[in-house]
Amino acid sequence: MTALTATTDERKRTRPAGASFDPIFLGFCALAATLLLTALAGIVVSLLIGGWPALSHFKLAFFTSSEWDPVKDIYGGAGPIVGTLITALLSLVFALPIAFGIAVFLVEFCPPILRRPIGVAVELLAGVPSIVYGMWGLFVFAPLFRDLVEFPLITWAPPGSIWEKLFQGIPNGSGILVASIILAVMILPYIAATLRELFLTVPAKVRESAYGVGCTTVEVVWSVTLPYVRRSAIGAVMLGLGRALGETMAVTFIIGNSHAFPKGLFDGGSTIASTIANEFAEATSDMHTSALIALGFVLFVITFAVLAIARAFLGASKHG
Amino acid sequence: MAVLDRRSRRQIANTAFVTFSTVAAAIAISALAAILFSLLVKGVSGLNLDIFLLSTPAPQSHGGLANAIVGSLMLCTVAMIGAVVVGVLAGTFLAEYSGLHPALNAYGSVVRFLNDVLLSAPSILIGLFVYYIAVRPVHGFNGWAGALALGLIAAPVVTRTTEDVLKLQAKQLRESGVALGAPMWVTIQKVLWRASSGGILTGALLAFARISGETAPLLFTSLGNQFMNFDLTKPISNLPAVIFQFGLSAYDDWQSLAWVGALLIAFAVLSINILVRVLSQEQKRS
Repeated sequence: MTALTATTDERKRTRPAGASFDPIFLGFCALAATLLLTALAGIVVSLLIGGWPALSHFKLAFFTSSEWDPVKDIYGGAGPIVGTLITALLSLVFALPIAFGIAVFLVEFCPPILRRPIGVAVELLAGVPSIVYGMWGLFVFAPLFRDLVEFPLITWAPPGSIWEKLFQGIPNGSGILVASIILAVMILPYIAATLRELFLTVPAKVRESAYGVGCTTVEVVWSVTLPYVRRSAIGAVMLGLGRALGETMAVTFIIGNSHAFPKGLFDGGSTIASTIANEFAEATSDMHTSALIALGFVLFVITFAVLAIARAFLGASKHG
Repeated sequence: MAVLDRRSRRQIANTAFVTFSTVAAAIAISALAAILFSLLVKGVSGLNLDIFLLSTPAPQSHGGLANAIVGSLMLCTVAMIGAVVVGVLAGTFLAEYSGLHPALNAYGSVVRFLNDVLLSAPSILIGLFVYYIAVRPVHGFNGWAGALALGLIAAPVVTRTTEDVLKLQAKQLRESGVALGAPMWVTIQKVLWRASSGGILTGALLAFARISGETAPLLFTSLGNQFMNFDLTKPISNLPAVIFQFGLSAYDDWQSLAWVGALLIAFAVLSINILVRVLSQEQKRS
């Protein structure tokens, strides 16, 4: 007993046995963190180095020309770049209203018994591998789409009208529009899940008071819930966009893989990711490889910008 | 048509909105149902024991997917071992150590942000990077490169969940470790990791589900192999790449094998997802 008091009186605390390993363990943890950091830095650096020959050789033409000709060794990436942006934006246009509808349905008026099964089903949709979407899109969805949508629309479109221009292309089921629809199904669950989480952060009091003054569901959602989560919702949408930009396999299956500018919604096209997936392993020359990597670099810059904006919007409300 | 009064207009708008939301949910459910249905219809007919015993065939001949299944399992296992080690340590750094010192904190924020970028970076770009560091220098596609690419996709997921789970642990747990006279690393390993093992397992399973369907980064890292191969220094077959190659081919028997592969992968991934939900549900209860 006396010994115990003595040590406390000295106000000294012996370091626990084995504490000398603490800095080493910290070192291990910091090393692992640094490894992740290095990986990302490595991606940027390797893409830049690998793509530099093509970027410096073709200069601005790499972004403005759509002539992609491995035989003549001329590479203009405008086709895939524009294709990436168009498919990603179109898929967002399709996915956003539906994802919004799902989130509202789950939060506002889904019968409680169904809430969990439907929530899980939507999340499972996010779990389906990209390649399975590709198979399904090519062999099941595309033929249906061709017979039920493309043919009727092409025959309906009055000659000379804007519709005829829009519906140009070979109605074979693959093309920009089909790819965008499949992409939309793929990013739908991500946006829906995030929006749902956001809607649930709105205090029940606030929503209930809106119902209390006689608002209908649509009015509650538009004038109470949405304004409350506005910033984060933009972040959620941007995250979905980021996913659509980089999606590879499903798009490779159904976009038709042509390097020219798509002329219409049914026309074949390509995205950066699908071009790399198709050609990289069998690139014919060094310049071809370099051009593909340069495309990869462009894709990285686009997705990085989108993700950074998404984080800025999401993070401001989450950690702030 | 008579002009509707305000009340009916609001009611109509509301009904339209409710209908729209319900239809939206129905669309999502039917998309999932349609995909599962076609997988079953097209995949089950090709399913037999040979799928698991024979290697991928030449066109127009009999074969299975054994080499691809084994290859996929090997790649994913190696990738997950690396990803869990790196991810758990990095997650621990972010949750436990980055708050200790302003400099560490700043570094932690950078790592956290870039980890999030890596988490959503297009997987094909990770494949390009790995091609540069693990395929080109050795002049040949190899299994290690594929595993590395998959590991790089899985590690950020594990890092993120580890950090989140560790941050959920009570302060008292950490204090109890200190009170017992344990150094910090023992507290972390014996108390905090153990307390959050369920959450970390969930994260690892989700990461596993994600990489097992990943195709793009494997196309130019581990490529593929027609034969059974256990050597990671050589090209190694894997299910996603086989599905890609066979699915886009012109041969009927290859295409039906691709459907079987797609069925197997989707089934595996979805079961893991459901397992994760059951596991986390039980944790909440206990």
